[in-house]
Amino acid sequence: MQNKRAIFGAKGLPYLLLAPQLIITAIFFLWPAGQAIWQSFLREDAFGIKTTFVALENYRYLFHDPSYLNSLKVTVVFALSTAALSMGAALILALAVDRMLRSARLYSTLLIWPYAVAPAIAGVLWWFMFNPTIGILPYLLEAVGYKWNHALDRGNAMTLVVIASAWKQISYNFLFFVAGLQAIPGSLREAAAIDGAGPVRRFWTITLPLLSPTTFFLLVVTIVYTMFDTFGVIDAITEGGPAQSTNILVYKVYQDGFVGLNLGSSAAQSVVLMGIVILLTVIQFRFVERRVNY
Amino acid sequence: MIRTFSVSALALVASLTAAQAQTEIQWWHAMGGELGQKLEEIVASYNASQSDYKVVPTYKGSYSETMTSAIAAFRAKEQPTIVQVFEVGTGTMMAAEGAVYPVYQMMKDTGQAFDPKAFLPAVVGYYTDTNGNMLSMPFNSSTPILYYNKDVFEKAGLDPNTAPKTWEDVEAFSTKIMDSGAANCGFTTGWISWVQLENFSAWHNQPIGTKENGFGGLDAELTVNGPAQVKHWENLAKWQKNGVFQYGGPGGGDDAAPKFYAQECAMYMNSSASRAGVMANAKEFDVGFGMLPYYADVDGAPQNSIIGGATLWVLQGHDSDEYKAAANFFSYLSSAEVQADWHQFSGYLPITSAAYELGKEQGYYEANPGSDVAIKQITLNAPTANSKGLRFGNYVQIRGIIDEEFQALLAGDVDAKTALDQVDARGNELLRQFEAAND
Repeated sequence: MQNKRAIFGAKGLPYLLLAPQLIITAIFFLWPAGQAIWQSFLREDAFGIKTTFVALENYRYLFHDPSYLNSLKVTVVFALSTAALSMGAALILALAVDRMLRSARLYSTLLIWPYAVAPAIAGVLWWFMFNPTIGILPYLLEAVGYKWNHALDRGNAMTLVVIASAWKQISYNFLFFVAGLQAIPGSLREAAAIDGAGPVRRFWTITLPLLSPTTFFLLVVTIVYTMFDTFGVIDAITEGGPAQSTNILVYKVYQDGFVGLNLGSSAAQSVVLMGIVILLTVIQFRFVERRVNY
Repeated sequence: MIRTFSVSALALVASLTAAQAQTEIQWWHAMGGELGQKLEEIVASYNASQSDYKVVPTYKGSYSETMTSAIAAFRAKEQPTIVQVFEVGTGTMMAAEGAVYPVYQMMKDTGQAFDPKAFLPAVVGYYTDTNGNMLSMPFNSSTPILYYNKDVFEKAGLDPNTAPKTWEDVEAFSTKIMDSGAANCGFTTGWISWVQLENFSAWHNQPIGTKENGFGGLDAELTVNGPAQVKHWENLAKWQKNGVFQYGGPGGGDDAAPKFYAQECAMYMNSSASRAGVMANAKEFDVGFGMLPYYADVDGAPQNSIIGGATLWVLQGHDSDEYKAAANFFSYLSSAEVQADWHQFSGYLPITSAAYELGKEQGYYEANPGSDVAIKQITLNAPTANSKGLRFGNYVQIRGIIDEEFQALLAGDVDAKTALDQVDARGNELLRQFEAAND
């Protein structure tokens, strides 16, 4: 092994080769992140004419602000519901496709389509279908006696953004579940079948545990997706309403910073979000990757 | 191919030479669609009318996007000379001394003839400082009015030529309309915040804040929880339950207009500038126009309504030639011909008395009944401290709070008094933050 190692004479060469990536990271991540952290310690008028250093005042205010605490709660509910719905549906579809022989490819292709839809477009599609005035579904629901109005009803609004966000993510989860299922050796399931285990028991005791690496990977990816990529869905469907009931963290950053022009608070919120992503990533690498039963 | 190329090359050379002689200024605006086309037309005729200056209009998206991009540009020292800012951004712009160049000052410094008295007091009152100086140039101002479906009125046995005057009328008419099956709902409205709170208060001569609705200083507080407002919101919640009123959504209320167009709701309150849209969409029925309803038992009602829309602000950091261009362009914009044309096309108010008189001379109001309701309503009485407008910082978010509390009220979570108390409490917190950041 030792003598196969390439020896580079110049000490600088590795750094030179790494440079493009390092420069990109520095310009597009470290610099803006640093600016956000600095901005989060300041209180400033919109035009940046009067600036005061207020240390942790923005953070202190944030965690005493009922609307921010509400946003945290909303985000947790939204992320978990979306993850449960999109992964559950994806798993059922993947199991169905896994049993098919000839038509599996066709179904897989069709199921991947929604992934290509931009979140804002997905939002508008569902907004049209569920629009209380012009949508088709409230019209049908009214026939069975249910009055759908996501402009006023908090539960309706949350349900709608969860459905729209989950629908888009099902494709992605489905692909990984299909790949995960195909990686499970058929012999294991056959052996269990010979031992007399029924399909349900085989699923719970063999398939699901062997799928756990995929499941945990998808859980982290989906939660990251719900927290950051669903901006378009929220903006197109509810704009965080009614009464803040779908105002997730990332949307609140936008509302406070770009609409309200409260840059200090908005920066503090971005820093908190950055902390959450770092935490999720650490969990994935440190905890999940080790504990999961391969 | 070669010919088009040489022609465009020629045009390029021509424009380059022209650019050297001309002073070019940027105007960022938020007028999309047909209004945007009309705006570009106005600018093109200005550019053709003289050769010293050239105005370049750029569409920057919604009102808040336009304001945000201008502010971001200012921070990066790339700001346009002129930017269009909506009325709720006024508090933020006024507080930004050092960033804005007050219009009255610019007109004086550049020696451009300028008479503030030529403008309608109800329009400029919103944009003057406490000393009566005009800080920005009114461009598109509107006020909410009532639109109603004449066909539905007739079907319900009402007089199609009589608009409801009071809220009692609105309720009685709506009940009659619903009972007769002429329509499913009495009325809907755009802009809960602007129409059913701010204008409602001005129209009933009720304050919405201390210090003359914020005109008197940054330390003003909101007081929207007066008895008249509480009673009105209580009624709106009651009417929403019994179907007289249907909610059109937060902000501008995107779902309100379709309800009116589809003849679901017989009456509709929204900006006078919605007129073009209403006329284009109300193909199957005749539209009537009326002033906003009022409660007959409130003293001082009806007073006068207040405006919405946007004005043009001049930003600091350009050289004096560019300000000369801006001043010259503003004179052109406020000339009676340009204003009357813009007003008649869009439904926005004419900002000068001369433009209104010109419209009368042209016979426009006789040919288009209802088109002068807005101007009559806004000039009904001389504005009082309660009806000249409002000036609060962070007001974009406060409007959001008004929507949220209204939604909570309609959902039955809180009663009208609590909802309006909450608007005050949450709004005042934002006002104190704004005061701290701008002091």
